[in-house]
Amino acid sequence: MQEITLNQILFVSTTLFFIGMYGLFTRRNLITMLMSIELMLNSVNINFVAFNKYLYPEKLDGLFFTLFIITIAAAEAAVAIAIIINLYRSHNSIDVDDATEMKY
Amino acid sequence: MLNNIFLLLRQELTLSVLIFLLLFIKLGRERSNSSILNFVNSALLINLTIGLVLSAKGELFSGMFSTNTLMILEKNILNLAVLIISMQSYVWLKNHNQVIEFYLLILTSLLGMFFLISSGNLLIFYLGLEMSTIPLAAAANFDLLKRKSSEAAMKLILSSAFSSGILLMGISFLYGTSGTLTFSILTAHIGNNPLQIFAFILLVSGFAFKISAVPFHLWTADVYEGAPIAVTAFLSVISKAAVLFTFVSILYKVFQPIASTWYLILMILAVVTILIGNLFAIRQDNFKRFLAFSSIAQVGFILIGISGSSIAGSASLIYFILIYVFSNLAAFGVVSVVSALTGKENIADFKGFYKTNPLLSWVLTIALFSLAGVPPTAGFFGKLFLMMSGAAKGNYGIITFAALNMVISFYYYLRVVKAIFMEENETPIEKLSIPILSKIAMYICVAGILVTGLASVVYDYIYSLSFGL
Repeated sequence: MQEITLNQILFVSTTLFFIGMYGLFTRRNLITMLMSIELMLNSVNINFVAFNKYLYPEKLDGLFFTLFIITIAAAEAAVAIAIIINLYRSHNSIDVDDATEMKY
Repeated sequence: MLNNIFLLLRQELTLSVLIFLLLFIKLGRERSNSSILNFVNSALLINLTIGLVLSAKGELFSGMFSTNTLMILEKNILNLAVLIISMQSYVWLKNHNQVIEFYLLILTSLLGMFFLISSGNLLIFYLGLEMSTIPLAAAANFDLLKRKSSEAAMKLILSSAFSSGILLMGISFLYGTSGTLTFSILTAHIGNNPLQIFAFILLVSGFAFKISAVPFHLWTADVYEGAPIAVTAFLSVISKAAVLFTFVSILYKVFQPIASTWYLILMILAVVTILIGNLFAIRQDNFKRFLAFSSIAQVGFILIGISGSSIAGSASLIYFILIYVFSNLAAFGVVSVVSALTGKENIADFKGFYKTNPLLSWVLTIALFSLAGVPPTAGFFGKLFLMMSGAAKGNYGIITFAALNMVISFYYYLRVVKAIFMEENETPIEKLSIPILSKIAMYICVAGILVTGLASVVYDYIYSLSFGL
């Protein structure tokens, strides 16, 4: 069986990163935007794990970093969802286009 | 070893103890707001003095956490700023239902900044950065019922999560090319490798988001306008200061080998930031938005100072931040008192302000003079040192450009002063009775503005501690 190379994994993670960025810029629903950001963070996780396994297997720095990123992403999502719920209470919508009172 | 931990980590430990105390007070029986506020303010004063008394230098946790006299000084500046903000927001918090939660959020954020400043490893750096931004997003939503407040918090959390995603991508490439996360080892692996330059650009974008340099500034004005004034002051002074301190130490220490690359990036960022910040500040009516754009322009001047990449570069940055703390907080203090007592936040409301409130008018005027950089105030010396540090590289065109932009900035700062002293108003803000704590905070700020500029001891002390390329 053919071995998967580092380049292929990096291609996947970079694609995932830009899919997340694209989603953040095009979607107008706050929950979907949050999911896009999670996608970006997860692509970073793939990067770290791949670098650790292929290039520096003797140390575990990358794996630990991944664990911390997952934890922080959870905390970020918790605060973000709390803010979105509060936004829904005042605006009756979770569409970013409805929350544009302040401009320039 | 244990002694060492208590000595080196004492500022962080004091803050953690304070946070836990506040949690227990929250769980206990109900107390009046004024007693809680008095307790917190005296605790913050103790916190500040503990940082001042001893100086120590060393590393902990195999280089993850490092501290020295300069970092202790930076943390003291942040502590002082938090104390001033806490004293200023007395009027606002006295009638608020969730006083303790407010302090829990901003003190947790401050703790994150302490770890950010002391970080010796990309992991601690990332954790500190997130610990300092996530509570702030919750704090921006502190006026739960206001529509603008929740909009501001939404914008803050989305843009900061996005920027930390970009920053993390940069960190992962740095790890991939060097195999280490420790700053001191990382320096040896940095070179003109294209992937590392790319990683560096991602990292700088993340930083630029946090310090709101143009073109990453779009969240700033909206968040500043929507958030409660105390949180706005915290965002514009403290969080920016902490990130700038870290930015300069990472640039000078870790990315030393590619100094010519980041010099170019800093120059472009500085020019655009000063220009856009100034042009947008001219057209603002809301005081908080006005201060937001003025703070964007100030970041541009700071970037010019940093680009000097000598000892004077980091010294002038820290000196300017110290002055910026005093002048910006004096302005925010006046606006927060007026806003808490009357609800008015527009520049037009300040017409004829001098006739009814001479003291507040003078404080605001001195603060604006210092922000603009008029000679007797400290702001002039701060900007002078930043420019001199930038000019050491010989790029006089950009220095001239920045100096011309200082002239533009006079227009919008002095427009406010003109409104206060010279313009007539049929319904001026009535005479306000200011609580004693807010008054003390304003006196501290004014004294700071006048003394730090004239006493050369301050700059000499900072210079003696600073580091260059």
